[in-house]
Amino acid sequence: MTINDIKNYLDAEVLCGEEFLEKEVFSACGSDMMSDVLAYVKDQAVLLTGLMNTQVIRTAEMMDMICVVFIRNKKPNEEIIELARESGIAVLTSSKRMYEACGILYSSGLCGKAE
Amino acid sequence: MSDSLNFSYTVDGENFASAGQASVQVKKELRQLGIAPETIRRVSIAMYEGEINMVIHAGGGVAQVNVDDSGIEIVLKDEGPGIANIEQAMQEGFSTAPDNVRSLGFGAGMGLPNMKRYTDEMHIDSTVGVGTTITMKVNY
Ligand SMILES: Nc1ncnc2c1ncn2[C@@H]1O[C@H](COP(=O)(O)OP(=O)(O)OP(=O)(O)O)[C@@H](O)[C@H]1O
Ligand SMILES: [Mg+2]
Repeated sequence: MTINDIKNYLDAEVLCGEEFLEKEVFSACGSDMMSDVLAYVKDQAVLLTGLMNTQVIRTAEMMDMICVVFIRNKKPNEEIIELARESGIAVLTSSKRMYEACGILYSSGLCGKAE
Repeated sequence: MSDSLNFSYTVDGENFASAGQASVQVKKELRQLGIAPETIRRVSIAMYEGEINMVIHAGGGVAQVNVDDSGIEIVLKDEGPGIANIEQAMQEGFSTAPDNVRSLGFGAGMGLPNMKRYTDEMHIDSTVGVGTTITMKVNY
């Protein structure tokens, strides 16, 4: 699945990283706790989250993730988007809730486990 | 690399939004040095956890990273409240973080055990009322 597919499946808006839309991703995770992302995630390229702060982007960067999807229609501020731009991370925002967003991607073939 | 390279950063304890800047910077430096991605990731995660801890538990501090022939050493030094019981603090799920920290996405009590998991050596030197110094080493 590409980041562009994620955008389409989740009716998402792309806030930065248009240039990465054709990049391919194989797994994802969903969490509002960055502690858990840092501790349990391995090689998932996409993070879905309802948390909104700069640490979401830094956590994604530390984990070598390439795409962050903010759910429940959360719109990040310019500081967050700028940080993502510098880090080469695509940022999407979708009005879907966590359960639904994860479910749609999972049933479309994006698994939870790393390769 | 014949001799060692040293990087030093001040970690601002007043500003949660800027927490992790040092780790981001180190990641960039290590990439430029051509260090293996898996090594960089281990250093990044361990240092970021430690840096966040310095901000949420200790009011900031100093982060130092030394790169030499054998690997990467990270030294995180603060003058915060110290850790009374290190063994307890190292347990998964143990956290003294207040609710406001949890609403920022941290405070699950996973940081210290995660730092241990991602590094080859980790040593905590802490005195209550004086501060904490955490030294970690990731070998190539
Ligand atoms: N630099 C520090 N100074 C003082 N206390 C610390 C420091 N680092 C950790 N601690 C103490 O050790 C506990 C456990 O730390 P740990 O990083 O494992 O979890 P946490 O920071 O509470 O949550 P998480 O890391 O999952 O976000 C903290 O709650 C805190 O009481
Ligand atoms: Mg922590």
